[in-house]
Amino acid sequence: MIERWLRLGLALAVLSVSGAGVFAATAPDTPEHRALHLLNRIAYGPRPGDVERVAAMGVDKYIDQQLSPRSIEESPKLLQRLGELKTLRMTPPQLFDRYEPHPVFGRRPTPDEAKAIREESRIIVREAIEARLLRATMSERRLEQVMTDFWFNHFNVFVGKGLDRLWIGSFEEQAIRPHALGKFRDLLGATARHPAMLFYLDNWQNSAPGSHGPGGREFGLNENYAREIMELHTLGVDGGYTQADVIALARIFTGWGLPRGLRLAKGSSDNGFAFDASRHDKGTKTFLGHVIQPNGIAEGEQALDILARSPATAHHISFQLAQYFVSDNPSPKLVDALAKTFHDTDGDIREVLRTLFKSDEFWASDSAQAKFKSPYEYVVSALRLADVTIADPRPVAGLLAQLGMPLYGCQTPDGYKTTSDAWLNPDAMTRRVNFATALGAGRTRIANPDMAPDSATPLDADHLIAALGGDVTPKTVAAVNAAPRPLKAALVLGSPEFMTR
Amino acid sequence: MIDRRTFLALTAGVGTATLLPGLGKAWAAAGTGTRRLVVVFLRGAVDGLNVVVPHGDSAYYEARPSIAIARGAEGFLDLDGHFGLNPALIDMQPLWRERRLAFVHAFGSPDPSRSHFDAQAMMETGTPGNAGARVGWLNRLASSLPHRGTTADAISLGPTTPRILAGPAPVTNVDAGPNAGRPIPLDRPQVNDAFARLYDGDDAMSRAFHEGQQARRQILADLEQEMQAADNGAPSVNGFPAQAKRLASIVRRDSAIKVAFVALGGWDTHVNQGSSRGQLANRLQALGQGLATFTKELGPTLDETVILVISEFGRTVRENGNGGTDHGHGNVMWAMGGPINGGAVYGDWPGLATDRLYQSRDLAVTSDFRTVIATVIERHLGLPDATLAKIFPEIPQPQAPYERLLNA
Repeated sequence: MIERWLRLGLALAVLSVSGAGVFAATAPDTPEHRALHLLNRIAYGPRPGDVERVAAMGVDKYIDQQLSPRSIEESPKLLQRLGELKTLRMTPPQLFDRYEPHPVFGRRPTPDEAKAIREESRIIVREAIEARLLRATMSERRLEQVMTDFWFNHFNVFVGKGLDRLWIGSFEEQAIRPHALGKFRDLLGATARHPAMLFYLDNWQNSAPGSHGPGGREFGLNENYAREIMELHTLGVDGGYTQADVIALARIFTGWGLPRGLRLAKGSSDNGFAFDASRHDKGTKTFLGHVIQPNGIAEGEQALDILARSPATAHHISFQLAQYFVSDNPSPKLVDALAKTFHDTDGDIREVLRTLFKSDEFWASDSAQAKFKSPYEYVVSALRLADVTIADPRPVAGLLAQLGMPLYGCQTPDGYKTTSDAWLNPDAMTRRVNFATALGAGRTRIANPDMAPDSATPLDADHLIAALGGDVTPKTVAAVNAAPRPLKAALVLGSPEFMTR
Repeated sequence: MIDRRTFLALTAGVGTATLLPGLGKAWAAAGTGTRRLVVVFLRGAVDGLNVVVPHGDSAYYEARPSIAIARGAEGFLDLDGHFGLNPALIDMQPLWRERRLAFVHAFGSPDPSRSHFDAQAMMETGTPGNAGARVGWLNRLASSLPHRGTTADAISLGPTTPRILAGPAPVTNVDAGPNAGRPIPLDRPQVNDAFARLYDGDDAMSRAFHEGQQARRQILADLEQEMQAADNGAPSVNGFPAQAKRLASIVRRDSAIKVAFVALGGWDTHVNQGSSRGQLANRLQALGQGLATFTKELGPTLDETVILVISEFGRTVRENGNGGTDHGHGNVMWAMGGPINGGAVYGDWPGLATDRLYQSRDLAVTSDFRTVIATVIERHLGLPDATLAKIFPEIPQPQAPYERLLNA
C-alpha cells in the first residue's frame, strides 16, 4: 500500500503541474480517502461533492445514517420520477389481471388479442429497469440500493421464465426492498410467498402425490424450491442437509402456490399467494432433525424459522456479505464475527452490516480497490461520477446486457457472481473502455436522448478527479495530461482504479 | 417399428455410395491439429419433422395437411428413400453428398418438460430432471481438455455466457453479430494509444485489455475481407451467414479454442409456419447458408471439427389450428464435419402412428442426447469413460450404437 500513497503524492505533484491545483492535499488515511473507500463500497461510488460531504461528517456518522434509510430524506427529483411509473406499485394479481392474456367471461383471447396484451406487458420490465437505475444513481439512500440489489441477486428470479416477466418488479418492490436492511427471517418469508419465486422455482406446482394440482393436473412433489432455499438462500451447499431433508421440505411446502386456475385477482392474498390445503401433504415430516407435526401452512413457517435460525445460514449469509463488501476471499475471522452478530441479533441484517462496516478488515489498506466492479457497479458508478441524470434508461439496460449482466436477466437461481473471475475478461475491458470514452466525451444519449451528435461537450477531467478526492494514480494523471481534451475524462472513467472498488 | 440395426443398414448403403474419395478421413491422420467441437443451439424448439422430413411415414402427411413438405417440385430433397431434407436447406446438400453431414432422428431429452426455459437448461447442463444445475456440459468438456496458452479454451458468440458454457473453464464471449463491425471508440488510434498507456502492465486488467484489443483487430481484419457489409439490424438467424464467417475465422486461427457455441433464435413456430416456403423455410435457409459458409470457411480445419446442431425439444406431430405446431418432444440432431460418417440418418425411427407417439402426440425420443453427444466426444476428442461420466453424469448405457456416426 505504500505504493498507493506514493502514487497519490505523485498525483498531486503532477496535478499541480497540469494546473488543476484545486484539490485538497491527500495523505494516507485522510478523511477524503476513507470517504471514497466507503462510498465505493456502500454507495456505488461518489457523485461530485459526496467525498467532501462524507469526509466532513465522518464515515461513522455516514454509516449510521445509511443503516437507517428511512431517516434519510429521499431526493424529491427521484420521487417525482418514480411517481410517473404506473406499474411500480401494482400487486401481482393486479399485474396478472391487466397484463396477462387470460379468459374473459369464459372466452379465450384470440392470438392477436393475446399478442397485443403481451406487447403492452413489456412496460412492466421497462419500468422496473427504470426504477432500479434511477434509484441506483439518484437515491440518497445509498446502502438501501446496494442491499436491494444484493438480496435480489441472492434470491434471484429470472424475467425470462414465463409469468415472472409480470412480477419481477413487484418481487423487488414488495418482497426485497422493504426487508433489505431488516430481519433476515422477514426477507426469507416475503420471498417464499411471492408469486415470482413460487413460479420461478416451480413451487406453485409442488403437490402431495395423488392430489390434483393447479388446473386439475397431477403434478406430484417438486423439490426445486426446497433444494434451492437450502442450497442458495439459507444453509449453503455445505450446510449439512441431506436429500431426505430436501424431500421433507418439499412435502412441507406442498400447496404453497398460486390460486387455482391462476385466478389471481380473486380468492388470493394481496400479493397473489395462496395455500391450497387439498394439495398439502398431511403426513408428519422429519426435517433437519425436527419432527414437524401435520399443521397445514404453519409447517412451512416453522421450517422457515428453522432455516433462518440455523448457524449454517448465519455463516452462509455472512460469507456472502463479506465477499461482496470486502474481498473475493474474505477471512474466516471476519465471517465468524458477522455470523456471531447474525446469531446474537436473530438475523438482523442492519446489525450484521454495522459489524461489517466497523471491522478492521473492511478498513484494512489491502482492502481498498480489492474488488473488481461488476458491470452493474461499473456502469452505475460511472454515471454517478459523471453526474448523469438518466433520461432514457434503455441505453443503460442495453449496455448492461452487452456487458453480460442484463438487469433481471440472470437465468439461474444462484444469481450473478460478485467475484472478479466472473467479470474480468477481454471483451469486458474493451466494452468498458468504449463506454468510458463515449461518456467522457459527452457522447451518450442517456442523459439527453435528443442530443445532436456534434453537440457533445466533453466532461471535465479535473472535476472527475476532484470528485474522487484526488485519489487517482500518477499513471492515470500522466495519461490524462497527455491526452487531447475530449479524451481526458474518458481516461479517468476508464482507468484501472475506477474499474475497482 | 423398424429395428435400429435394420435402419442403420438401410441408411449405411446410401452413405457408402456417395462417399467421395479422400474426404472425411483426413482428420484421423492429422494428429498435430486441434480437434474442435462446435455446438449450434436452435432456441425455441425447431420443428425437426419439417427439417428432416419422414416422407416414408404416411402418418406424417395425415397429421400435417397444410404444412407438410410435399413430394415433387419444391418438395423435399430426398436423403435415403425414407427421409428428405427441407428444400430451404439446399445449401446443405453438398455436405450430405460428401458424407460430412449426418442426422440422428428421434433425438432428444428423456425429460418430459415442454417449457423452453427448463428444457434448454436441462439440455445445456446435461442433467435431465434438474433444471437448476449450474454448470454447462460444454464447460465441463472444456475443463477436461488440455489447456493451452493463456486465452480461453471456449468461445461463445454473443454478449453473455450461455448456460451450456457456464462454469469454471474460462470462456470468451465474442459479439460477432450484425453490429460487430460498427466502429467503436477504441478503433481510433488516438483513443487506443491513450488507454494502452494506462494498461501497459502485467496485471490481470492489462492482460485482459490487450487480449480484447487483439480480438477486436481480428474481427476488423475479417470484416475488411468480407465483400458485403454486415447485415445491419437483421434478426438473429438471418444474420447468421455473416456471423458464421467470423466465427469460422476465429476458430480457424486460434488453435487454443476447442469448443465453440452459438445460439440462434426464432424457431418457436406456433402460428403460420409454412411448409416448403414461409417463416420456417426462411429461417432454415439462413441457417443452411450460415452452416455452409461456416464449413467452407473452416477450410482444412473442418477435417478436425465436429459441428452439432441441437434444439431443446421438438414440436407436435399434428399441426395446430393456426397453421403452426406446438411444443413437443423428440427432434432431429445434425452432425457435420470431417470426422462424421455422413450421408446417413441414424437412430431408431419410432414412427408417427398414434400408438407410437410420446403421450399420443409427439415424436418419441429413442436417442438420448447425452448418449449421442458423449459418443461424439469420446470418439472425436478421445476422452476416457471416467471423463465422459463427469461431463454427462448418469449417462444411460450403452453408447456403442452411435459409434458409426463417426469415421473409424
